[in-house]
Amino acid sequence: MYDSGKIIPGIILFVGLFTFPFWSNMGKAAPAPKPELPKTAKVCVMDTAFMKTEHMVLLNHWRDKVVREANRVWLGPDGKEYKMSIQNGCMQCHTSKAKFCDQCHNYAGVSPYCWQCHLEPKENL
Amino acid sequence: MNASRSIIFSLVAVGILVCLPLIGVAAGMTSFFGVIIPYLAVALFFIGVVARVVRWARSPVPFRIPTTCGQQKSLPWIQSDNLENPSDTKGVVLRMILEVLLFRSLFRNARMEFYEGPKIRYASAKWLWLGAIVFHYSFLVVLLRHLRFFSTPINPLVHLLEGVDGFLEVGVPRLYLSGLLLLAGVAFLFLRRVTIPQLKYISLPSDYFPLFLIFTIASTGVLMRYIYKVDVVSVKELTMGLATFHPVTPEGIGSLFYIHLFLVSVLFAYFPFSKLVHMAGVFLSPTRNLANTNRMVRHINPWNYPVKVHTYEEYEDEFREKMIEAGLPVEKKE
Repeated sequence: MYDSGKIIPGIILFVGLFTFPFWSNMGKAAPAPKPELPKTAKVCVMDTAFMKTEHMVLLNHWRDKVVREANRVWLGPDGKEYKMSIQNGCMQCHTSKAKFCDQCHNYAGVSPYCWQCHLEPKENL
Repeated sequence: MNASRSIIFSLVAVGILVCLPLIGVAAGMTSFFGVIIPYLAVALFFIGVVARVVRWARSPVPFRIPTTCGQQKSLPWIQSDNLENPSDTKGVVLRMILEVLLFRSLFRNARMEFYEGPKIRYASAKWLWLGAIVFHYSFLVVLLRHLRFFSTPINPLVHLLEGVDGFLEVGVPRLYLSGLLLLAGVAFLFLRRVTIPQLKYISLPSDYFPLFLIFTIASTGVLMRYIYKVDVVSVKELTMGLATFHPVTPEGIGSLFYIHLFLVSVLFAYFPFSKLVHMAGVFLSPTRNLANTNRMVRHINPWNYPVKVHTYEEYEDEFREKMIEAGLPVEKKE
């Protein structure tokens, strides 16, 4: 091999950079998040699978309805009427932001801008 | 293969690659497509690229063959261009940095045009350079953004990148520009190939296949984020399992994710054996990474063998008597 003084450091640099996900997690456990489910209610406004992937779209839609159309009532697919509100809707059942919202959001590295307008609940944990 | 055949061949190949995980996951082979294939692909990627680089490094480069387009360094009062015609390591390093980061040789691209009868002119053609910059940098941003699936806690630099990438704050989840630019870049590079006749003529399946593969990877990614969303938390459990060598395959991840993952694995595995390995090769291009010192330094060919020579003196010693006899002039008389 020619120029091994340049080739070998180059290869080491390449492997070192590209294996970042492997060595940066070495010896670290990454437990899956466990959001605390409400004890009072069994069903959410939509089913779990939908809420897991589409809750942000639904909340965005609610925001538009409330803020732009001053409409606070949302008719769910089950025919029941729900109040479109974070504090008086969602958080009536999902009482803790830290134990519910933040669990998955922190894990997936998402920082939704809900709390730029809404008051973040003060929690002593 | 002609152009339309190459395109159809590549399309069919990508189509089959899309179908494989679709069928496999439906048949319950999640750990095969979620764990075994990605590990194999990554192993093949590293071994393949290193082997390729070592193979390149085994070829001797006895002479300096840089492509130059500036004045060579010669007499001190002649101004030389150390960037276009580097004479030392500093010039070479600068030239390589500009080449690798800004694609300077594409920027210099020129197109020959005919005008007003048989007159020729050379026009600058920057579209390839622009397309390449858009494609490569948006791909890099997309790749780095994916680090959020491979680390906990996530590096703040990744969040910074996400913030810049999604600065328009359009929609929920926030629209990332890099995803759209990547698709636009690949689409441009493809259209360029099929609309320019000369380029179409020299294009092979190995040119179309990576473009289609990357286009499909990017579009499945975009679909997963904005339209047919997958459960990101389960996806991260899977990717973190891969990164920490404790692989898990959580239930209920959509098959779109497995298509995405499988195509990325194919890209990684295909990488060292295709034109894509220019990622490593650009650093080893002898027309770029050598200083033009052909006249300043004596370069000895490493495969030179001792040549048997027969000098004139030896020749004369051998034939002196016969030369004198024939009346030929000799340098040494006895």
